Amino acid sequence: MITTLHNLALIAVLAPLVGSLIAGLFGKKIGVKGSQLITIAGITVAFFCALSLAKSILIDHIQPLNETIYVWGTSGSYTLSVGFLIDQLTVLMMCIVTFVSLLVHIYSIGYMEGDPGVQRFFCYMSLFTFGMLSLVMANNFLLLFFGWETVGLVSYLLIGFWFKKDSAALGGFKAFIVNRVGDFGFLLGIAVILSYFGTLDYATVFAAAPKFVDSTLSIVSGYEWSTLTVICLLLFVGAMGKSAQLPLHIWLPESMEGPTPISALIHAATMVTAGVYMVARMSPLYNLSPTAMSVVMIIGATGALSLGLLAVVENDIKRVIAFSTMSQLGYMMAANGAGAYEAGIFHLATHACFKALLFLGAGSVIIAMHHEQNLHKMGNLRKYMPITYVTFLIGTLAITAIPPFAGFFSKDTIIEAVHESHVSGAFFAYLCLLIGAFVTAVYSFRALFLAFHTSERMDEETRHHLHETKPVITVPLIILAIASILLGMIIVGPMLFTEPKLMGQTMLVPQQLNVLGEIGKEYHGVFSMVLHGFLGLTFWFTMAGLATAWICYIKKPELPKTIALRFSTFRSILLKRYGFDAFNQLVFVRGTQKLSNFFYYFADAKVIDSWLVNGSGRGIQRIASLVRRVQSGYLYHYAFAMILGIVALLLWIVL
Amino acid sequence: MLTNLPLLSLQIWLPTLSAAVVLFLGKMGFEKLGRVLAIATVFACLVLCIPLYTNFDTATYAYQFRETASWIPLFKIQYDIGVDGIAMPLVILTVFTSLIVILAAWKAIQDKATQYLATFLLLQAMTVGVFVAIDALLFYVFWEAMLIPMYLAIGIWGSQNRSYAAIKFFLYTFLGSALMLIVMLYLGMRADSFSIPSFYGVPLTMIQQVLIFLAFLLAFAVKVPMWPVHTWLPDAHTEAPAGGSVILAALMLKVGGYGFFRFSMPIAPDASHSLDWLMIGLSLLAIVYIGLIALAQTDMKRLIAYSSVAHMGFVTLGCFMIYMIVKASGNHQDAFMGLEGAMVQMISHGFGSGALFLGFGMLYDRMHTREIAKFGGIANTMPIFAALFMVFAMSNVGLPGTSGFVGEFMVILSAFKASFWIAFAAGLTLIVGASYTLWMYKRVFYGEIANDEVATLKDVSWLEWGVLMMLVVAIFIIGFYPESLLRVMHSSIDHLIQLSLQSKL
Repeated sequence: MITTLHNLALIAVLAPLVGSLIAGLFGKKIGVKGSQLITIAGITVAFFCALSLAKSILIDHIQPLNETIYVWGTSGSYTLSVGFLIDQLTVLMMCIVTFVSLLVHIYSIGYMEGDPGVQRFFCYMSLFTFGMLSLVMANNFLLLFFGWETVGLVSYLLIGFWFKKDSAALGGFKAFIVNRVGDFGFLLGIAVILSYFGTLDYATVFAAAPKFVDSTLSIVSGYEWSTLTVICLLLFVGAMGKSAQLPLHIWLPESMEGPTPISALIHAATMVTAGVYMVARMSPLYNLSPTAMSVVMIIGATGALSLGLLAVVENDIKRVIAFSTMSQLGYMMAANGAGAYEAGIFHLATHACFKALLFLGAGSVIIAMHHEQNLHKMGNLRKYMPITYVTFLIGTLAITAIPPFAGFFSKDTIIEAVHESHVSGAFFAYLCLLIGAFVTAVYSFRALFLAFHTSERMDEETRHHLHETKPVITVPLIILAIASILLGMIIVGPMLFTEPKLMGQTMLVPQQLNVLGEIGKEYHGVFSMVLHGFLGLTFWFTMAGLATAWICYIKKPELPKTIALRFSTFRSILLKRYGFDAFNQLVFVRGTQKLSNFFYYFADAKVIDSWLVNGSGRGIQRIASLVRRVQSGYLYHYAFAMILGIVALLLWIVL
Repeated sequence: MLTNLPLLSLQIWLPTLSAAVVLFLGKMGFEKLGRVLAIATVFACLVLCIPLYTNFDTATYAYQFRETASWIPLFKIQYDIGVDGIAMPLVILTVFTSLIVILAAWKAIQDKATQYLATFLLLQAMTVGVFVAIDALLFYVFWEAMLIPMYLAIGIWGSQNRSYAAIKFFLYTFLGSALMLIVMLYLGMRADSFSIPSFYGVPLTMIQQVLIFLAFLLAFAVKVPMWPVHTWLPDAHTEAPAGGSVILAALMLKVGGYGFFRFSMPIAPDASHSLDWLMIGLSLLAIVYIGLIALAQTDMKRLIAYSSVAHMGFVTLGCFMIYMIVKASGNHQDAFMGLEGAMVQMISHGFGSGALFLGFGMLYDRMHTREIAKFGGIANTMPIFAALFMVFAMSNVGLPGTSGFVGEFMVILSAFKASFWIAFAAGLTLIVGASYTLWMYKRVFYGEIANDEVATLKDVSWLEWGVLMMLVVAIFIIGFYPESLLRVMHSSIDHLIQLSLQSKL
């Protein structure tokens, strides 16, 4: 049985890689159709392997697999290896990744039609799937870091996919560098782990972690910090980069320069949730550090509210969804911080479905609108694109957590969990998340109304060509819509509350953090949870948001202008995105430029090279020409010098 | 069969002899034949490297494939060659790099082609000599002999400002090694032998050690190069022909790092220990300061050159951190990762930096400019080249899965044991390295086609593709399976650690 698991795992991770390599290396030979076929075949294989693994682990309760595939390197007493951990959390992530990836692959056949770089596109997407699977299947920090960086690379390549556009190339660059800032912290975290635990294997590290509760380390002399807190915070810096948490969220809006399927796959459903997954995976470490938990919760919750607000003033349909992704990632992180890891992962799963749905829906709109992304140039699209409309509506209901759609179960539980939590800062986080629910409803329904309801604002030419997109695009939408309706109610029980837990022992929490256990006492099945949902505070906040959006954009379309005038300062703060970009531009980008120019033109070229190096060359020349003059070749010069010397010698002796 | 041959002598004298024949063929007008012979020679050398790897005994630190003959008996100078786990990978790297350079010259070099090939064959032979010499004076002879073909390569096949660069290069490196010779003579007298291992046993006072250390430092620091004696390198690189740059980056710099392994640390362990702060400081300066300088470059080749210096900082950092690590943890085992990381970095830098220079050479052949501003949108016209160059760029960025990752990863991880702040400063390369590499990539490859010259570019030929592909494969092998490299060096590194940590006072 173990070998079956082992083989399935290997096939699952390698099939997308093979597909990617074939499409990449022989793309010209096998053509567009060939590359699409081979990559989709690879992903399909991976998807079925993931399903089969999920059945074995989740349903048949087979012992999780934790094994080394090969020894990557040894040095001194350290052995670094590549190995898989296939447990409940892993198989869930594998299913999400391969499922969304498969749908996005299929969707991309339609979306990327006619693009000259189709083979390259499919090659990248399969490579991404390979990287993401490595990330979630790793049983040690080395392979985790490999996957982590690989998905970062592919994200960079795909954001810059249309590299002729300067904004796309720049967006990719920015994404990579900002992620690298996160990875810098992540790598230091790994260094601390290796140094204290002597290994990078999860199991060994987790088992040894309780012994380090009282261990401290000194970074700034005079201050002793808890080792585990330092580790958790450094790792979390990595998560900030990858999962677009404050203040490293700045790359995500620019990532929308990439083709829309990529936004759905990488920048909504999978890669950006890697940080959430990582924190949940490291729960045995985070559980031991209340400070780190608190930081994770507060940063997550602050992001959930403040980044959601940015979506309210955004007019580009893709960027609205991008900001909403950041906000939802904040919810997941807040759940992790509260110790409700399972709720965070649950929201990750439901979010993967409805966010991919929203992005792909937006993509469908963008195709129909001939690559127009401005919401103010759309309107009443439901008339022309009924399937896209209905599916988009379902996605919106799911993200705004209207019962009984998928988002409700996960998001409501998160807000409840943070409410129950005793981690410091929990009340602040709770308020953020609650207000966040209102904001979510405002921006989500605003986008829905502006695109699919209201008056038709597109130009005549575009309107003339408007029609529903092809089945290759709408079928993935329908599948995702079904998932967005059903996923929540099907797995909410086993995922969060009822025994045996779907996630088994993967994310255990100590008693004082067990908020899900507390909430679980009130859980009496899906139906009562839904009913209860209609009475909850969250629902009414959401309704208020819905009503606001309805009044502002359908009932009284002139109202937003008045509000904008009234709150112009606040609005301009939002439009400037709290000034993060301006700050970074001024301090980091300009600062680094200035510094590097100073180092090069002054320190290196002038002081060292021109003054010291060539200076000493010139000095030697000067001395040489002086000395040369002494050796003139005239006898009387030498005689004169001799006499001078004798006189000097005599004087010295005499005196 | 192959194992009975004097493998290392063949590695030195086969290319030397072949260089003479190639030169002769060129004079006689058989240029094509000369080219074929040159390629055949290096290829044969590479085949001869196979038993070097497969028959290598990883369990011992002793020199293997050893050949000893009397050379100048009066002064007890011997022709004594052999390899251990530190030298052997460098020999293979040398031959591999040489093959790439000579293959790449097939089309690219039309002017004085046979002389060019002979020069590089000679360079290959002398470099191998440096790595395999066990006798210190033999080492010195090869060390200086390397300079001559390199000087010629820059001076003859270089670009506009070549004579300035060639002289700067020659004087700089030559000055550095003068003191080294004096130290070697001194040690030879003390040890009554010029065999390098016999130097390790010479008892030395602290002052003697410091003087010896500084003399060696001057010689090796110039080669590596370390701040502030690095400014010859960008000039030499920008003026050198592509092949010259590849050899400079992949091999010439390595002999400096090799010197620290072979001479400085085991001969003057106490001086290395007490001056480690200086070495660590200079290494971090290389990583951060030189990295920032690379960001300011407008000349693509100069940028790659500075990036090359920045990456070599990890080699010296990995070496000289071990004292702090052992002091902090009290465990010799912890010193391994730093030193082995430094070794891996040397090899990987050979592939990665060499590849960047080679790739740039292909661009230069087509466009005859080094200005980044003159490029732009090359990915439109040379998609295959752009993809391959992306692999090299990623190795330069240190992406896991590429060779560039392994050394940096190991050094940064072990740096934490020495001090958080060393790891912090070294880790900054993640950001700085990515910035200058990808910013260059963006300006050169992305965007609309910048001008007519870019518009008419032809993608890589089969030969160019093959050569670049060899480097890609090498980068991935080290990246995915560094154990293939690490396993051969464990014993030798273990021995080195013992020598370097054993006080002579």
